[in-house]
Amino acid sequence: MAEAEILVFAEQRDGQLERVALELVGKARALAGGSRPVVAALLGSGVEGLAGDLFAAGADEVLLADHPTLKVYRTQPYADVLFPVLKERQPDIVLFGATSLGRDLAPRLAARLGTGLTADCLDLALDPQGLLVQTKPSYGGNVLVHITIPRHRPQMTTVRPRVFPLPPLDRARQGKLVRLSVNLVEDQIPLKVLEVVPRPQPTVRLEDAAVIVAGGRGMGSKENFKLLEELAQVLGGVVGATRPPVDEGWIGPDRQIGQSGKTVAPRLYIACGLSGVVQHTVGMQKADVVVAINKDPNAPIFDLATYGIVGDVKEIVPALTARFKELKAKGA
Amino acid sequence: MRIIVCIKQVPASLDVRVDPKTHNLIREGVESVINPFDENAIEAALELKAKHGASVSLLSMGPPQVREALRKGLAMGADDAYLLCDRALAGADTLATSYTLAQAIRKMGSFDLILCGRHAVDADTGQVGPELAERLNLPQITYVSKIEITGNKVRAERLLEESREVVEAPLPALLTVTKELNTPRYPTALGIMKAAKKPLTVWTAADIGATPEKIGLTGSPTRVTDVFEPPGHRRSEVEMLSGKPEEIAAALAERLQAAKIL
Ligand SMILES: Cc1cc2nc3c(=O)[nH]c(=O)nc-3n(C[C@H](O)[C@H](O)[C@H](O)COP(=O)(O)OP(=O)(O)OC[C@H]3O[C@@H](n4cnc5c(N)ncnc54)[C@H](O)[C@@H]3O)c2cc1C
Ligand SMILES: Nc1ncnc2c1ncn2[C@@H]1O[C@H](COP(=O)(O)O)[C@@H](O)[C@H]1O
Repeated sequence: MAEAEILVFAEQRDGQLERVALELVGKARALAGGSRPVVAALLGSGVEGLAGDLFAAGADEVLLADHPTLKVYRTQPYADVLFPVLKERQPDIVLFGATSLGRDLAPRLAARLGTGLTADCLDLALDPQGLLVQTKPSYGGNVLVHITIPRHRPQMTTVRPRVFPLPPLDRARQGKLVRLSVNLVEDQIPLKVLEVVPRPQPTVRLEDAAVIVAGGRGMGSKENFKLLEELAQVLGGVVGATRPPVDEGWIGPDRQIGQSGKTVAPRLYIACGLSGVVQHTVGMQKADVVVAINKDPNAPIFDLATYGIVGDVKEIVPALTARFKELKAKGA
Repeated sequence: MRIIVCIKQVPASLDVRVDPKTHNLIREGVESVINPFDENAIEAALELKAKHGASVSLLSMGPPQVREALRKGLAMGADDAYLLCDRALAGADTLATSYTLAQAIRKMGSFDLILCGRHAVDADTGQVGPELAERLNLPQITYVSKIEITGNKVRAERLLEESREVVEAPLPALLTVTKELNTPRYPTALGIMKAAKKPLTVWTAADIGATPEKIGLTGSPTRVTDVFEPPGHRRSEVEMLSGKPEEIAAALAERLQAAKIL
């Protein structure tokens, strides 16, 4: 069993790899420890060019299913292509990103294979017997649980994007490209995608932002959140939030960071008027530099900060904005 | 048209702690509610019933107290309810749950639409819907924020990370719904009175012809091996900056420049 491969579903949309696909190839490589193969399954239409990145990230083999019916994701054709592959190759572990796509597809396959699936994992490790130990949040993140799949194979899991770092891409790495034969006929696919309308997005996604200015309940009002917008703007960053401001309607739900929100990893994270409760910090603990502004010197966020400022956000934040603006004007 | 809504009872508060010795969950109070997304599913079924005429059946697997959740759904306006209740079903993971629900649905007879919540807020997997669709060999549409039925087709809008997708599938189909779909109604006094007389059928594992190896803990490939509270995150030493706001700003700017962040 220890020799069996680790398979990663290499999610792509509109011909672009989702970052989580590379994160998972990197993690699979680490789990494989050089002793067993890492295989990526790449499905789509006209996506052969993406195989190179998967090899560079650590895949030994890329299984490519390239077919017009696979252009826009649909459950059934994707499951129909992957099921025989999993059945035949019998991987030990199969990893999916916990995206809307991964969480639609993985359970369909798990049921068809009659195996276990763990949702939305925050960490993966191998126990001494080589069993995959999956860490998943439960009760909205109030508890974490370890889950294993002792007797069924493959061990399947969806993994939350951003919990593993992007692996370094080694362009010199090579691998084997295997083309899967695809016998899909459009007329036999019951589901039709009639329309795809992009939703308005912030110019920079929170997940990709290098600088995040996050506000909590201590900001006090929607008005005061504008102070954060101004600070974010001079830094070329994005505004994020804890849950209370989202519940209060001061900012949209897509900006929530934490257990039931997004996981972020910016270079700079400025925490303004938030206490640093673990449900929030689990989403931002990977930030490089953390600046905390809080009027309570005992707020737990200071345990996690690189620089701490005890004070009122309404005074400190505008002072920071002014100073950074000055430097910017000087061309710093 | 017949619509089956799968509902799960969940704790009213997710504010749970872990007993450091036994590693068991300590639940504050034992009050339970219908999983919020499942209420959206019930509401959607009732709106379709009002528009097209339909019978709405509720289905749940769980302990005897789940009757309360089913009664509430009946009071909202569902027509009948089925409870799968048996000690042998306890400890089921999503694979065993989907098997059990599928067995019951086969026994319940023909249907046009199955509605589930996008996920249950306690275990938060969102896997039972798609696994059930697979077992019944139905097209699935997840993350649904709008439903329209025309003839024997369902057209639905899906809310994805960066897009809205409009899809169409033939009936019967299984949909998992989001809270953006609607606002669930409250039961009226009249509804509550009527609910007491509506049929609520209780089935055991044997009643639905379930294979013992496929249900409950025995039928579940996944095992919970540990339960714990998230560890706090702590860094090495924090440097406190103090002074007037302008002085603090200057000190911070200097450090961020030195770290090449500015
Ligand atoms: C199931 C569940 C899931 C959750 N998921 C998330 C999640 O994903 N993300 C999340 O963030 N939370 C989540 N929470 C909520 C979380 O537990 C906390 O309630 C929340 O993170 C606290 O937000 P806060 O720090 O903004 O507010 P508080 O804890 O109220 O902290 C406010 C802070 O602001 C300070 N302050 C007040 N006024 C000022 C001022 N003028 N200047 C400076 N400082 C000031 C106070 O000293 C205090 O430290 C979840 C909770 C549950 C139960
Ligand atoms: N025990 C159960 N009985 C009935 N329906 C369930 C049960 N568990 C889950 N479901 C349905 O499946 C959905 C997703 O649940 P889950 O996969 O547990 O997150 C729920 O919103 C319900 O519609």
